[in-house]
Amino acid sequence: MKVSTKWLNEYVPTIAEIEPTALSNKIELTAVEVDSVVRLQDGLKKIVVGHVLAMEMHPDSDHLHVCKVDVGESEPLQIVCGAPNIAVGQKVIVALKNSRIAGNIKIKKGKMRGVVSEGMICSLQEIGFADSVVPQKYADGIYVLPTDAVPGEPVYEYLGMDDTVLDLDLTPNRADLMSMRGVAHEVAAIYGKEVSFPAVDLHEDKEKAADMITVASEDDLAPAYMMRIIKDVKVQESPMWLQKRLWNMGIRPINNVVDVTNYILMDYGQPLHAFDYDQLGSQQILVRRANEAEKFTTLDGKERTLHANDIVVTNGTKPIALAGVMGGLDSEVTATTATVALEAAVFNPHMIRKTSRREDLHTDAAVRFERGINVEVVAAALDAAAAMIAQLGQGRVLAGTVGQDHTDKQPTDVEISRQHINDVLGTELSDSEVGAIFERLGFTYQVTDGNFTVAVPKRRWDISIAADLVEEVARLYGYDQLPTTLPVSEATPGHYTYEQRMIRNANAVLEAAGLTQAVSYSLTSAEKAQRFTFDTGLTTQVQLPLNSERTTARMNLVSGLLDDLAYNVARKNNDVALYEQGRVFFRDEGQDRPREIEHIAGAMTGLFRANSWHAAKQPVDFYLAKGIVEHLLAKLGIKEDVVYQASQAYPEMHPGRTATISVAGELVGFVGEVHPNITKEYRLKKTYVFELDLDKIIAAPKSAEVYQPVPKYPAVTRDIALLVSEEVTNAMIIDTIKRNGGAYLESVNLFDVYQGENIKLGFKSMAYQLTYRSQTSTLVEDEVNQAFDKVVNSLQTELNATIR
Amino acid sequence: MDLQAKLAELKHNGLKEIKAAEGMDAVKKIKVSLLGKKGPITNVLRGMKDLAPEERPQVGKMANILRDELTKAIDAKTKELEAALLQQKLANEAIDVTLPGTQVTEGNPHIITQVITQIEELFLGMGFQVVDGPEIEEDHYNFEMLNLPKDHPARDMQDTFYITPNILMRTQTSPVQARTMEKHDFTKGPLKMISPGKVYRRDNDDATHSHQFHQVEGLVIDKHITMADLKGTLALVAQTVFGAERKIRLRPSYFPFTEPSCEVDVSCFKCGGAGCAVCKQTGWIEVLGAGMVHPNVLKMAGVDPEVYGGFAFGLGPDRFAMLKYGVDDIRQFYLNDVRFLKQFAQKG
Repeated sequence: MKVSTKWLNEYVPTIAEIEPTALSNKIELTAVEVDSVVRLQDGLKKIVVGHVLAMEMHPDSDHLHVCKVDVGESEPLQIVCGAPNIAVGQKVIVALKNSRIAGNIKIKKGKMRGVVSEGMICSLQEIGFADSVVPQKYADGIYVLPTDAVPGEPVYEYLGMDDTVLDLDLTPNRADLMSMRGVAHEVAAIYGKEVSFPAVDLHEDKEKAADMITVASEDDLAPAYMMRIIKDVKVQESPMWLQKRLWNMGIRPINNVVDVTNYILMDYGQPLHAFDYDQLGSQQILVRRANEAEKFTTLDGKERTLHANDIVVTNGTKPIALAGVMGGLDSEVTATTATVALEAAVFNPHMIRKTSRREDLHTDAAVRFERGINVEVVAAALDAAAAMIAQLGQGRVLAGTVGQDHTDKQPTDVEISRQHINDVLGTELSDSEVGAIFERLGFTYQVTDGNFTVAVPKRRWDISIAADLVEEVARLYGYDQLPTTLPVSEATPGHYTYEQRMIRNANAVLEAAGLTQAVSYSLTSAEKAQRFTFDTGLTTQVQLPLNSERTTARMNLVSGLLDDLAYNVARKNNDVALYEQGRVFFRDEGQDRPREIEHIAGAMTGLFRANSWHAAKQPVDFYLAKGIVEHLLAKLGIKEDVVYQASQAYPEMHPGRTATISVAGELVGFVGEVHPNITKEYRLKKTYVFELDLDKIIAAPKSAEVYQPVPKYPAVTRDIALLVSEEVTNAMIIDTIKRNGGAYLESVNLFDVYQGENIKLGFKSMAYQLTYRSQTSTLVEDEVNQAFDKVVNSLQTELNATIR
Repeated sequence: MDLQAKLAELKHNGLKEIKAAEGMDAVKKIKVSLLGKKGPITNVLRGMKDLAPEERPQVGKMANILRDELTKAIDAKTKELEAALLQQKLANEAIDVTLPGTQVTEGNPHIITQVITQIEELFLGMGFQVVDGPEIEEDHYNFEMLNLPKDHPARDMQDTFYITPNILMRTQTSPVQARTMEKHDFTKGPLKMISPGKVYRRDNDDATHSHQFHQVEGLVIDKHITMADLKGTLALVAQTVFGAERKIRLRPSYFPFTEPSCEVDVSCFKCGGAGCAVCKQTGWIEVLGAGMVHPNVLKMAGVDPEVYGGFAFGLGPDRFAMLKYGVDDIRQFYLNDVRFLKQFAQKG
């Protein structure tokens, strides 16, 4: 809402001395945000009235004119002007040499196609007016000032640019501030001053409006619908004072009738509509629901197909306005209009809201009807507008208002106690302090023993319950005056839940292991959402996605991480190791809402560690990724019953380099190399990923940490190198060793794997160190040898191993 | 020469020899030659049998003293040489200490996680719970329970990703509060909670908008909670995240689920309030929204607004991080460029 401070000062004269920036600051701290405080002439310099004394065509141009312009100096200036509407005798806007126009552009004396130009004749846009407020007549040319403008004087006052305009950013509850009168009431309350509104000077003719029109409407569509008729109106340009006011409020002046409806809209907040009476096609108005699929052309020239829930104003048969939203093209006021039918109404806000949303027609009128209007002033606004149209168009207002107003104008009684106010705010206000605030707001009240009954006028329709009044008291008392304390209440323990702690632990483990946390988008494409999944369920899709890349709630984290890796690699960050912790979404048949599962995943590409003078580079590989997973599981207390099994079940993964991960027989995730088809799609080199169901891992049985005596007796080790067939896995060998290891076998450690030269094709060499220890004695050679021999024998017989 | 004179001479020559010895080998030779079985002291001791019995203890004593002195001198010389050798060895072992150390590979938490953790720690310390809730919510909890019925104009303020007419991507983490309030047993004490998490709005991504971002919402419900308590709590948040010197200021605002409602500004941490580009010359930066819980919200959750009341606030870790670190494009948080992520690896 734009607020002209000049206009505001007329309504609250006692604040006229307050600096606009101070006023703005006060409004911000007490009511609503102020987006900007702009004195329209600020930034402009040396822009004056000029009088075009003479002009001739430029010798080298078919559209430029060379003008002699009187700017109040001893000699007229020579100015070259290209505007099509320039003419001798006009008073125009002149930017002198060394002046500043809009956009801080400096105008210098110069030559245009060889002819000296000592300034510039300006359009309104060139001195900072928005295209949307410039009168149509001057849209494509220079602006012509009133004939009485004095050459050489600054133009600002002539154009209303000496006004300072505040732009209020209204919250939805403060629709009462969508009018100058509403703002005046608010500012008066803030400063504890009175408002003063001019009286309406309405002269009614003898002729009766009721003889020319009848009105019918239903309360559920329009609780108020009233009309006045103004006859013999001369449609013309509005006087300058009105045009200035409108354009400063952000509205384009059109003609005296439309301008008045807009002016009254801004003044009272009451939307009005002026019809050309002679184009109605009947002498009756019927407000009704639109017929399904009824066609109607609004005054913006668009044909609209209506719904049964739209309200239309009709001439008894045909729509003449989309009620409360926009008038019709056929009954629009034009230069030839002589009789105006002026409407002031209150329409059903919910229906208006649906219509304006569907048609994307958020007009000033529609916005006000949706958010509510001051029912106290519907008739007053209609009277004021009729009087003004008659005055500016030399017409006659016919006697009487046609139609009805069934709106409830009674103040709303709200009960509240002083105690409650103090309890909520932490203040110690007295009855008289509270009462004084209500008085500033212009609310009457009764008070007994601290219990207030406040009569809230309808102009503040946002106030209906005690909490609303607490807010009024709080903001007018001043948020900055409230004390500052901390809640005092029964002590409560503050700690993470077990699950929250485990999630944070998992993150910390992966960070310590060298992965950096990424946060990717939860919404992705349907295709990416469904990759890399090891759970089952349906997709969850949004109804109106922003684009095809963000349609579906992710069902895995790896896809997002691959997006991140691709983004990095495309920017030559070739070595990336990221992890992400977050939710994935699986929907079960028949459910609208998906299951949300906490996952944790990692993705690595390039070098995990770069080459340095001191350590060899470490490219990412399967075993690095697996090592991180093993470490993570161990740190989260899962040390036993973890099985890694080769898997070809993931089409997105390398079929020979992928393992599923199970804990206590339950699938919890996978680790492996991304399939080359997928890495190619992302333009990635070899990439290793893992993804785990963190919820399952958190719920899985954990190894208890119980004290084990530190060994007292020494360990004995034995190394063994085996030659086995390629098909024999490490897991098989370890299993065989452990099953046959005997009571003293403490651990088995693989320390070498070799395939290649000196090893026959299809075979590999595996070397293990076995550690034996007794808890009760120092082992003797014989005991160890016996146990070791048993392992050797079983490896030979069970796995066909050759001992090297 | 009598034995005594001979011993004195031995001492003089021996010490001289030891002192002059160069290298461990020389010392070893001297040791053998002086103290060995064929050495002069042994000789002297052997010659004692020729002495008078009354002279023997005296000479023996002198010989032993001499042997001890020489042994000490040799030991001292040995240590001295060893020290010199070690010195030499260490000198030879000198390295270029300006070469870089072995790189430690460690990752770091995302900057948004760090901001959330900082806020969580503050509130855990004040006895709050951290509560998680669904990211895909029912319209009922996301809007209706928060005093935003289907037709409410404020729904314009948040464009929503709907899954079905009743299911949506949550637009705020406040539905977690509605869910928790509904379940809370107030006979067991007050409700003090924060709910951090991801939220979603139907906004096209640009430098200042993201269809996905984060929120931390806080809620306190008890019998005697005031707006003054809200002010004190938010001042702590501002000081924790933006520095101990920060002040806050409250301005009226509107949220359907609180009344009175306020926007909260923090004094500019760049200029301290004098006015600069960061605070657009105002000295203040808007950081969060808050208010006293609306009685309708309490009623809908089954809490008696005549007995209980409280405050709620909602803040954006993305915005906090942008302000605190001067990040000028919100998309950075979700693109995960490692050159961005790794800038925020410092602990504390």
